[in-house]
Order: sequence, then C-alpha cells, then structure tokens
Amino acid sequence: MKEAAALLAKEKGSAFVLAGGTDLLVRLRTGFIEPDLLVDIKRIAATRSIQVTPGGFRIGAAVTGAELGEHAKLKKAWPGVVESANLIGSKQVQGRCTMVGNLCNASPAADSVPALVAAGAKVVIVGPKGKRTVPVEQVPVAPGRTSLKKGEIIESILLPKRLSRSGDAYLRFIPRTEMDIAVVGVAASVTLDAKGVCIDARVALGAVAPTVLLVPDAAKALIGTRMDDKALDALAAACSAACRPIDDKRGTREFRIKVAGVLARRAAQIARKRAGGR
Amino acid sequence: MSAIHVTTKINGDVVDYVCEADETLLDVLRNRLGLTGAKEGCSTGDCGACSVTIDGRLTCSCLVLGVEAEGCEIDTIEGMADGEALHPLQRKFLEHAALQCGICTPGILVAAKALLDTNPEPTETEVRFGLAGNLCRCTGYDKIVRAVMDAAQEMRRA
Repeated sequence: MKEAAALLAKEKGSAFVLAGGTDLLVRLRTGFIEPDLLVDIKRIAATRSIQVTPGGFRIGAAVTGAELGEHAKLKKAWPGVVESANLIGSKQVQGRCTMVGNLCNASPAADSVPALVAAGAKVVIVGPKGKRTVPVEQVPVAPGRTSLKKGEIIESILLPKRLSRSGDAYLRFIPRTEMDIAVVGVAASVTLDAKGVCIDARVALGAVAPTVLLVPDAAKALIGTRMDDKALDALAAACSAACRPIDDKRGTREFRIKVAGVLARRAAQIARKRAGGR
Repeated sequence: MSAIHVTTKINGDVVDYVCEADETLLDVLRNRLGLTGAKEGCSTGDCGACSVTIDGRLTCSCLVLGVEAEGCEIDTIEGMADGEALHPLQRKFLEHAALQCGICTPGILVAAKALLDTNPEPTETEVRFGLAGNLCRCTGYDKIVRAVMDAAQEMRRA
C-alpha cells in the first residue's frame, strides 16, 4: 500500500487509483481524463478482504458490491450499508464496483455514501505521511472532489461494531426500478433501548446537496422518542429543511425536498424494525 | 503508455497477448484475439452487450482494462457451446425466438448463464433483475425471460 501511495505521490502528471474501474474507465474512454499513471490496487491483499475485528468490520477498498452482498455477517450487522452498495448498477457492475470508489467518485448521488455516513463509518487513508483515519463524511468536499491529498489512497472502510437493538436502512427514489441514479437517497441508523426508545440515531441524505449530508437535527428528532408519528414528522421536517438540492430534469428542487422527508420517514421505520422495535 | 504483456486463460485455454495500458479487455478480445462475440454497445457499462465472466464473476469487459486480466480466468460466449452442441440457453433462445438483431444476445446469454450458475431455479422477477444490466431494443424482453426460464427448467431436469 505504501508503495502504491509512493507511486502516486511521485507522478508529476495526472495519476489515478484503479479498483473496480466502473467510474474511472468510463471517464478514461470518454477522454474526460488522460492519466499518465494508473495504479491498480486490487492485487494488494489488504484491499481485498472483509475482516471482522474487535472494533467492528474492516472492508478493503477493492471489495466489490457482490462480495459485500455475499458476506452474511456484514449483511446481518449493517443491512442498510449492504443494500445501498448493492443498489449500484447491474450484476455486471456489482462484480466490480466498490464502496470506496463510490465515495472517491464524490458524486452527491452516490448510493453507498449516505448509508456509510449514517453508520458512522470511517476510512483509513494511506499516504506519503503515513496513515490517518477520518469519518466518511469528511471525504467528499464538492461534486467530483475529495479531501484526499496527492499520493493518498483509501485503504479500507471501518464500520463500527453493531450494538444490540440496532438497525439501519437506505432508500432512494429513482424513476424506474433498477439501473438508475438516485434523485434522493436517505439512510437512517438507530439504536433502541429495551423499552423501544430510540437512544441513538444518525440520518444522512444523498442527492440533495453538493455532498452527502449528515443531518444532526434529524437524529435529534428521533432520540428519546419511541419513533412515533410525531417523531417521524419531526424527522421528515428536519430532513426536508436540510436539503439544498439542484433543480434538474431528474427532479425539481421542490420534489427532492418533499421526497427527502418521505423517504426519511420510511427508512427510519425500516431501521427501527430491523432494530427489533415494533 | 507502453505495451504490456499479459498471460491469461480464456475459455480454458492459456492465452498470451500484448496490449496498451489503457486498452479495454473488450478491445483486446475483439481486435487482438478475434473473439468478436462480446459486442461494444454503450462502452459505459450500461448495456451489457460486452458481458464476460472473470474468475466466475459477471462483468462488462468494456469496464475492464486488458492488463487487469493478468492471471485471471475469462469465459466468453465463444466458450459456451460444447463444440457443435449448443448450451441449453442457446437452444432455448432459438426455440423461443428470443432474439431479433442479435447484438445483445451474446451478452444476455453470458449473463443468463451466470445467473443460473448461482440460482438454478430463479423466479421470473429474479430473471428480470438478473438481466437488468443487459439492454435489448428489439424483443421487449418477454421472449428472453421465457427462454431463460425454460432453459433453467430443462437444466434442472438434466
């Protein structure tokens, strides 16, 4: 990994990391990028595995969507994260695409990113100055741009250990059933106490701002409640209020704001159910 | 970028080729190896006409660089029939007239085989989702889905 980072750091021209390539090769083929150097990180062992660690899960940067979906333990602990990654593209794309690629492509509409943010995931970055670990929400800074510095590579994603009575979910709106880009995406992660009161929550929105948004007010609307209608109304209002969407042919500003609230409510209900709540 | 030597296995045979660093596997298959079954449709991973499997995993060969195939096992439509004997999927596509212009057919057959390899008894919905990455502008998909369901049934009996 260090060698790969050193190659990227040393290159004077344009240099890119290649993992699944489902975004990079499209940009390469269309002439959008003309790399002087491509570093394929898939053959580095650390990028290829999903490990269960004392702290939770460590998912290598080149682990594919299909592999995430086949990992029973991960799916059980973080079903929302896995379902968000598995929504990306077709079976063909699933065989190659990675969550780290989805994150580094820095599209505001990336499906797996809201789910990772809601999960409180972090990324391990290897670079010329060593390793650093940062929360996922700090990686994208603008459409197509990340906070990674020259020579830095994301090596893995860290998902926290799942507490009991916890659940997460991701929902997106697209005009068809498959093979599309989110018009709005919402991820929710909740933890309940023995009485069914929400004691922790994180809610994140996609495709409604230049980057994926973590919405603390949405979490506040849930924490301390039984996630009843009143709390869900407050959640929906907080999500809609946080939206700063564009207006385009895929969805108007008004529509995205409204749908963010609707999907937040539904995602929270699924997360609650997965947490064992009624 | 300079030419790179690659050793791989295609449809069971060891194959060596030399390609440019930025050349796709699809271009290598078609232009350097004469395996023209995989088609170039969109070249952005949306249409599935270039579908192959790499180490058993279904992928769009337009989204893979030729150099990435080093040491991998690739299966293409050319390896699907056993000599003159067509694969059940291929026969059923003919029987059900599940193709018209035929451009999408190799990719759909490869994708359908990958689906049946992991799920020998798919529901119609599973077939439709399994083939969502393969576009066909002629058939309207119904005949394709019926052919795949029928082939699956025959393969289960065999």
